Amino acid sequence: MLDLRLYLAQRLSAMVMVPFVFVHLGVMIYAIQGGLSASEILGRTQGSLFWFLFYGMFVVASSLHAAIGLRVIVHEVTGLRGLLLAALTWGGFVVFFFLGARAVTAVTMI
Amino acid sequence: MTLSNSDTNLEVSVWRTRNGTGLYETFEVPAHDNQTILDVVSWIQQNADPTLTYRFACRVGMCGSCAMMVNGAPRWTCRTHVNKVLKHNRLKIAPLRNLPVIKDLVTDMDPFFDKWVSAGGRHEPTRTRHDPIEEIQPANEQRAAADAGIECINCSVCYAACDTVANNADYLGPAALQRAWTIVNDEKHGDRQDVLDTVSAAGGCQNCHSMGNCTALCPNGLDPLSAIAGLKRATMRQFFKRGN
Repeated sequence: MLDLRLYLAQRLSAMVMVPFVFVHLGVMIYAIQGGLSASEILGRTQGSLFWFLFYGMFVVASSLHAAIGLRVIVHEVTGLRGLLLAALTWGGFVVFFFLGARAVTAVTMI
Repeated sequence: MTLSNSDTNLEVSVWRTRNGTGLYETFEVPAHDNQTILDVVSWIQQNADPTLTYRFACRVGMCGSCAMMVNGAPRWTCRTHVNKVLKHNRLKIAPLRNLPVIKDLVTDMDPFFDKWVSAGGRHEPTRTRHDPIEEIQPANEQRAAADAGIECINCSVCYAACDTVANNADYLGPAALQRAWTIVNDEKHGDRQDVLDTVSAAGGCQNCHSMGNCTALCPNGLDPLSAIAGLKRATMRQFFKRGN
């Protein structure tokens, strides 16, 4: 179940993710052309403020987007509503954000 | 030239309510040229089972009361030719989807009309009868947008066709939202802002998944899908303009 604010949050997070997805896929394909090891990749990403901000914002946008999408699916499939649905939305956001943030800090922080 | 080909029969399964639930009952109905689904249902009631309950009034596609599910899709039965929807000489006729069934082919339309009103469907005048009539230019953009939706006959075909309505009981549905869109574009409506606020709340236009069954099946050729898209744009613009 969506209202205007959730709708806007989902649409805007989708807009934010469009360039992130293209850059993410493009860099991945470009970077492995000559054959790169995990340590070589980490050597470039760890300590990089750019990649921290890039993937940090990517994680925020995708956590928000996925949590709202999950909310709609769960409501329409199970009929869940009210506080439980709100708890699931926020719970989903926290779980997605935690998992993403963990990965970002592991890859970009020294 | 023959007026009928009644030597062939149609196999017609009709939903009948029994003890709180229901089942399909099958009838053999003589086939005729230019026969409508409403003709078929009426033939069954008049010749096979007088207890069959269904609803109709004008028989010419104006009143919006005879809509039913025909072979899985909602149709206005008075203007749906059998030839258009017949599959393997069979018809399956059921009450409209997404509405409570009263008996056989008759549904309770209250939820449909309640939502129509709660989406801001009531007209709020800007002037009294003592004021001069406001001049509206028929060619202006807003009037054209309102005109595109005002021929709705409230048959509930779009409401029955909508999968979002089926899965989200609070969703206002295509007809109510299309009505709201005509009002948002009606310069003679006194509280257009209120309508935009109403359709932005939970259950409002943002819940539409843009599947388009409403537009594909509207018997009057209206386009609720575009009306709802218009509401989404208008509510979004309003949000960024006033900040809430």
